[in-house]
Amino acid sequence: MSRIERFLPRRHLTPVSPNATPAQDHAPVSPADDEAPAIAVEDLCKQYRSHWAVDDVNFIVPKGWTVGLLGGNGAGKTTTIAMIMGLIVPSFGRAMVLGHDMATERHKVLGRMNFESPYVALPGRLTVRQNLTVFGRLYGVADLKARIEELIEDFELGDVLDRVTGRLSAGQKTRVAIAKALINDPDVLLLDEPTASLDPDRAEWVRSRLTAYQKRRRATILLSSHNMTEVEQLCDFVVIMSHGRVVAMGRPAELAERFKCRDLDEVFIYLARVA
Amino acid sequence: MSQSLNRIAAMTARYYYILRSSWLRLLEIVYWPAMQMLVWGFLYTYLYDSKSAMASTAGLLLGAVLLWDVLFRGQLGFTFTFLEEIWSRNLANLMMSPLQPFELAASLMLMSLIRLVIGTLPVLLLTFVLFGFNVFAMGPGLILFFLNLVLTSWAIGLVIAGLVIRQGFGAESLAYSIMIVLLPLCCVYYPVAALPLWLHPVAWSLTPTYVFEGMRAVLLDGSFRTDLMLECLALNAVYLGIGFTTFVALLHSARHKGGLLTMGE
Repeated sequence: MSRIERFLPRRHLTPVSPNATPAQDHAPVSPADDEAPAIAVEDLCKQYRSHWAVDDVNFIVPKGWTVGLLGGNGAGKTTTIAMIMGLIVPSFGRAMVLGHDMATERHKVLGRMNFESPYVALPGRLTVRQNLTVFGRLYGVADLKARIEELIEDFELGDVLDRVTGRLSAGQKTRVAIAKALINDPDVLLLDEPTASLDPDRAEWVRSRLTAYQKRRRATILLSSHNMTEVEQLCDFVVIMSHGRVVAMGRPAELAERFKCRDLDEVFIYLARVA
Repeated sequence: MSQSLNRIAAMTARYYYILRSSWLRLLEIVYWPAMQMLVWGFLYTYLYDSKSAMASTAGLLLGAVLLWDVLFRGQLGFTFTFLEEIWSRNLANLMMSPLQPFELAASLMLMSLIRLVIGTLPVLLLTFVLFGFNVFAMGPGLILFFLNLVLTSWAIGLVIAGLVIRQGFGAESLAYSIMIVLLPLCCVYYPVAALPLWLHPVAWSLTPTYVFEGMRAVLLDGSFRTDLMLECLALNAVYLGIGFTTFVALLHSARHKGGLLTMGE
C-alpha cells in the first residue's frame, strides 16, 4: 500500500462499513435511520475559480462514532465541514447527514444537528441566558428551561449566566458556544477546533464533557482539531486531509503503526511534509 | 406552523434583547428623525407665518418629510437589524439552525415595525406640540400611506440583506445610500408633473410615488385617492415577492460561493 493514499482510487478511501461498530458499543441513534450512516461524504469537491479547495473527498461516519477531520491550515477541513453543514454547496459530489443531502434537503435534518466553530460567535450583546433561550427556541427544544438548567450545571455556567456574552473570557465563550451546540441534544455534532482557545486544564474538562455527552446520547461527532492528543483521546477514527484531498484515514493507533510513527502527532507532521 | 411562529418569536426576542441592552440605541432611533423634523418644522413655521405664496405648501412639506422618514427608517430598521447578525458573526449559527429564510425575513419585518413605531411616534407628537401640525388630520388614509411605505421599505431591505449575504461588507453601504436614489424619482416634495415626461414611467413604477401623490391629494384637495392606494398595494405585493425571491436567490448563491461560515470575519 502506498504511504500516500491520495493515489488510491477514490472508492478505496471509504473507511468503514456503515455497519461497523466503534471501539465503544454504541446502538444506532434512531431505528428509523438504521440504513444511513450519520454522515456520508461522496466524491465531494469544491472549486473556487481554478482552485480546488476540496478535491474528491470520500468518507463515512457511522452513527455513534467520533471521527477526527485533521489537516494543516488550508487543507480543506473547514470547507468540508461547511459542506456537511450545508452552508456551502459542493461543486461536485454530495454530503449526506442522516440520509439527507445537505445541498438540497438540509432543513429536514438541521433540527437534529448542531455545531461549534471559532469562525462563528454568539451574539455578544446578549447575555448567556438570552442566547441559550433564543437558540433553544429556534431548535424547538421541549422544556427549554430544564435543558438550560442541565447545561448550566454541565458546563458550570451559573456564574456567567446573566453576563453579556461578548464580555466573557475566551474560555468562557467556548464553554457557552459548546453549551449552545448541545442545546437541542443533537444526534450529529460538528466541532471545529472546540478547545483551541482553552488552557490544557479547561480543554481536558471540555473533552470529558463531550465524551460524557457522546456516551449518554450516543451521538455522532465530527471533530476538527490540531491537538493530536485530543484527537487520540476522543476519536474512534481519523481522516487526514492535505491540499483538499484525503491523504490517510484509519484508527489513530493504526495510522501510527502504518506510517511507522510513535503517535498521531508524528503522523500528522509526516503527512503535512510529504503529502 | 406553530414551530414557525415560535422561531419568528425567538428571533424577534433576540432583536428586542439587543435593542433594550443599550439606551443609546433606543435614543438613536428617535434622535435622527427628531432632528430632521426640527429643521423642517422650523422651515414650515417660517413659510406658514410668511403668508407668501409658499405658505400653502408648508403643510405638504412637513407631511412629505414625515412620510419619507417612515420609508427611510423602515428600510434602515430592517437592514440594520439584519446587519447585527453579520457584525456579531452569528449568521452561520442561524443558517445552521432550523430557521427558514421566510422566518428570518418575518422577524426582521416585525422588528423594523417596532423600531419604526419607537422612532416615529415621539416625532409625530413633537411635530404636533411644537409646530401644530397634526399628521392624523390626513384621516384613515394615513394608515394606507404608512402600510404602503412600510411594505416598500421591507422589499428594499430584503434585496439589500441578500446583497450583503452574497457580497459581504462591500454591500453594507447600500443600507445607507440606496434610498437616496429613490428620493428624486418618487416625487416626495413635488408632483410627478414636475419631472420630465420621459421620467414619468420611472416615477410611476416606484410605489412611494403613489403615496406622495395621494398625500398631496388629501392635503391640497381634501380627497382620498383610493385608486392610487390600491395600485400601490398591488405593486407592493409584486415588489415584496421580488424582494423575497431575490433574498432567497442571493442566499442560495452565497452557499455556492462559500463564505457564509466566515461572514463577519
